Amino acid sequence: MTVESLYPRLEPLLAQVQKPIQYVGGELNAQVKPWDDVAVHWALMYPDAYEVGLPNQGLMILYEVLNERPDALAERTYAVWPDLAGLMREHGVGQFTVDAHRPVREFDLLGVSFATELGYTNLLEALDLAGVPLHAVDRDESHPVVVAGGHAAFNPEPVSDFVDCAVLGDGEQVVGDMTDVVAAWKEQGRPGGRVELLARLARVDGVYVPRFYGVSYAADGTIAEVRRTRDDVPAKVAKRTVMDLDEWPYPKQPLVPLAESVHERMSVEIFRGCTRGCRFCQAGMITRPVRERTITGIGSMVDAGLKATGYEEVGLLSLSSADHSEIGQLAKELADRYEGTNTGLSLPSTRVDAFNVTLANELSRNGRRSGLTFAPEGGSERIRRVINKTVSKEDLVRTVTTAYANGWRQVKLYFMCGLPTETDEDVLEIAELAVEVIRAGREASGSKDIRCTVSIGGFVPKPHTPFQWAAQASAETIDHRLKILREAINADRRIGRSIGLRYHDGKPGVIEGLLSRGDRRVGRVIERVWRDGGHFDGWSEHFSYQRWVTAAAEELAAFGVDLDWYTTRERTEHEVLPWDHLDSGLDKEWLWDDWQDAISEDEVGDCRWTGCYDCGVCPTMGTDIQIGPTGRSLLPLTPVGR
Amino acid sequence: MARTPDGPPPPPTVQKLRLRYTKRGPLRFASHRDLARALERALRRAQVPMAFSAGFSPHPKISYMGAAPTGAASEAEYFEIGLSARRDPEQVRAALDASLPPGIDVLECVEAVEGSGSLADRLDATRWRIDLPGVDADELSAAVQAFLAQEVVLVAKRTKNGTKDVDAREAVVSAAVAVEAGCAILLVVVRQLTPTVRPDDVMAALAAVADLHPPLPARAVREAQGRLDDSGDVADPLGPDRVASSRCQGEPAQV
Repeated sequence: MTVESLYPRLEPLLAQVQKPIQYVGGELNAQVKPWDDVAVHWALMYPDAYEVGLPNQGLMILYEVLNERPDALAERTYAVWPDLAGLMREHGVGQFTVDAHRPVREFDLLGVSFATELGYTNLLEALDLAGVPLHAVDRDESHPVVVAGGHAAFNPEPVSDFVDCAVLGDGEQVVGDMTDVVAAWKEQGRPGGRVELLARLARVDGVYVPRFYGVSYAADGTIAEVRRTRDDVPAKVAKRTVMDLDEWPYPKQPLVPLAESVHERMSVEIFRGCTRGCRFCQAGMITRPVRERTITGIGSMVDAGLKATGYEEVGLLSLSSADHSEIGQLAKELADRYEGTNTGLSLPSTRVDAFNVTLANELSRNGRRSGLTFAPEGGSERIRRVINKTVSKEDLVRTVTTAYANGWRQVKLYFMCGLPTETDEDVLEIAELAVEVIRAGREASGSKDIRCTVSIGGFVPKPHTPFQWAAQASAETIDHRLKILREAINADRRIGRSIGLRYHDGKPGVIEGLLSRGDRRVGRVIERVWRDGGHFDGWSEHFSYQRWVTAAAEELAAFGVDLDWYTTRERTEHEVLPWDHLDSGLDKEWLWDDWQDAISEDEVGDCRWTGCYDCGVCPTMGTDIQIGPTGRSLLPLTPVGR
Repeated sequence: MARTPDGPPPPPTVQKLRLRYTKRGPLRFASHRDLARALERALRRAQVPMAFSAGFSPHPKISYMGAAPTGAASEAEYFEIGLSARRDPEQVRAALDASLPPGIDVLECVEAVEGSGSLADRLDATRWRIDLPGVDADELSAAVQAFLAQEVVLVAKRTKNGTKDVDAREAVVSAAVAVEAGCAILLVVVRQLTPTVRPDDVMAALAAVADLHPPLPARAVREAQGRLDDSGDVADPLGPDRVASSRCQGEPAQV
């Protein structure tokens, strides 16, 4: 059966919409394979606008890994803006892939990568546009298997009505296993229909099929029990972990869009996982252990990627890039290699550490020194002990001052507000800190032409972290603290004019909190919001707090729970959490102990340097920390553009 | 005191190349900024030795001119690049063409000859071909006649500072109607004034004078761009460079 391109019917609509280039595909390194040459067809979706979704590394990696298989193809699809969605409905054009403009409805699997829960309404919009039934139970063999992945998939319960499976952990290997299962089932003539296919997928390590698990609730609204409804699926689903990153040097051929995207650079993931133990950080908890790519592996990916893309900048990505065991040598050798080529190297936001200024100096030695970003996250030393991101005020001021003294004119500091145990005083210390930084910076640099930007957002407690039991701060609390912070910064105009404040109000965070720690009952709220016109919830111009509040009140009333119950309520030690049957490797007792340590302001070290503290991941998952140094160095190369 | 970057200044421009490229198929939906990004990345992939500006954020020396609007296809887009080392124009054309996505095709590359004047000055008119599926050719001809008979046809044009009335008639040098494979086609030569009169402005003018409303979106292709010649057509803007360079490199010029 061959599948027709929707492009001829889409093209007349494109003339009538904003930024039509995002829908036409044809990116450099994009691939189109003949439909009939392969057994298994994957549509991969990033449930946000193209400009946000295209640079996503996870999607790019899976796209390439799947397309390398002779028996599979993968195409990409993104959330469609309302102007085009309206025209597509009017003209009967379904959700399409950008590669060959094939209808998403015709694919065997639709994989959706959820970096944030605010993409859930966009999934519903895409399913509806595609002509795929919203509810998994209403789908038949002709419909794609809808698979959720990404960090949010570690609690997929709120979208369990809409997805057929969720995949936990690293995707590189599990997509291959799933492809094998689908190929065999199709080859055998689809025995047992869709249910049999899902049962087979549920036996693939890392794949969770919600329909095979029943949830019952206690009188107080908490979960009484989650129990599997078939014996042949695992009682607890454990995440997947790729153990040798050098064996998976993807993306090898990064996609380069014509349209402008949020990251105009190429990225190389230098390690995966983090054991710093920041208690708010879901990514750091669910991606353990640390697995480094070697310096030589990184060097060849940077070289191959630049040749394949023509980008001018390479970001060295990870959760805390300066922690790579060979980062100093890597920075120096990459800077040497690309000297005089107008190629920029960058690290994402880093920990507050003077060494990071040295690193940034090295990476920028050929180019401009515009901005440097640090993430102290908490305003006071006390709150930094609570979140386990320990840095003294003196070190912080010294580090930032060093940056100004080295010619950096703009320093950005990331903070969170609404952290557990936080008081107004903790937040007000951010203002004191910023003032001190500017004072010391003006002195050290001998210039008034320096700036400090304080960027602050509301904290959202996430599953599989020590803060999963914590009460989330209300929107009113967040907004109040942001207001007093703004007033404190503006109190002295002579200093305040050098300080910028960027913040998000507390409301979207409350909804993110509902979706992050929600259970299956929250699915009705998501569906109701979408039916009332909600989508693109990550965009302030589309997000409607009132729509969510109304939907939550009306849809949750029957269950005797409400928005506050999911967000500002502190959980007790033995409450069954909606994600307890999904195993990130972390021991729940260790998480609880770490939560108690947080409350008593006790810090924990990093197991890379201070010894194992029994978080549970390595023994449960059969993994181990993989760090260097390897003692190797980068080979001389003639780079592009010299 | 102004800060200056450490190290020596970037190497100077030693050769200027002028290139013509297309915007075909789905890539007609690319904006001029999309194209600029694509061309700059392709120049890097093709290892063209670009000259860079000095300063803290060096930029490759590229000039874009007269970009066709988003949604319009083109057979005649032009840009100029400065190189820090001399290269054979044809080799640059081939290498750049190979590293660009299909639809952006580099058709010509010539060396800009000293004293031959600026390329931008040679781009003062466009010949557009506007396919109008579903429009009756006779009705189109009548509309074009009605339009040409007017002295002034004001159309509302969105600009940075709100809506502005622009005279679409003044910019139109000639307009003719053809039929190809049953589809009515408007061939129109338009002077590039400020603000530019684009194909959708011409269509708006036809709607204004003759109530012509195509049932399907019009598809415009810029067939040629250049200086208006005496016959009212558009001359090859790379012609002067070609002439001059064949004189320099080929046989001695006859005097």
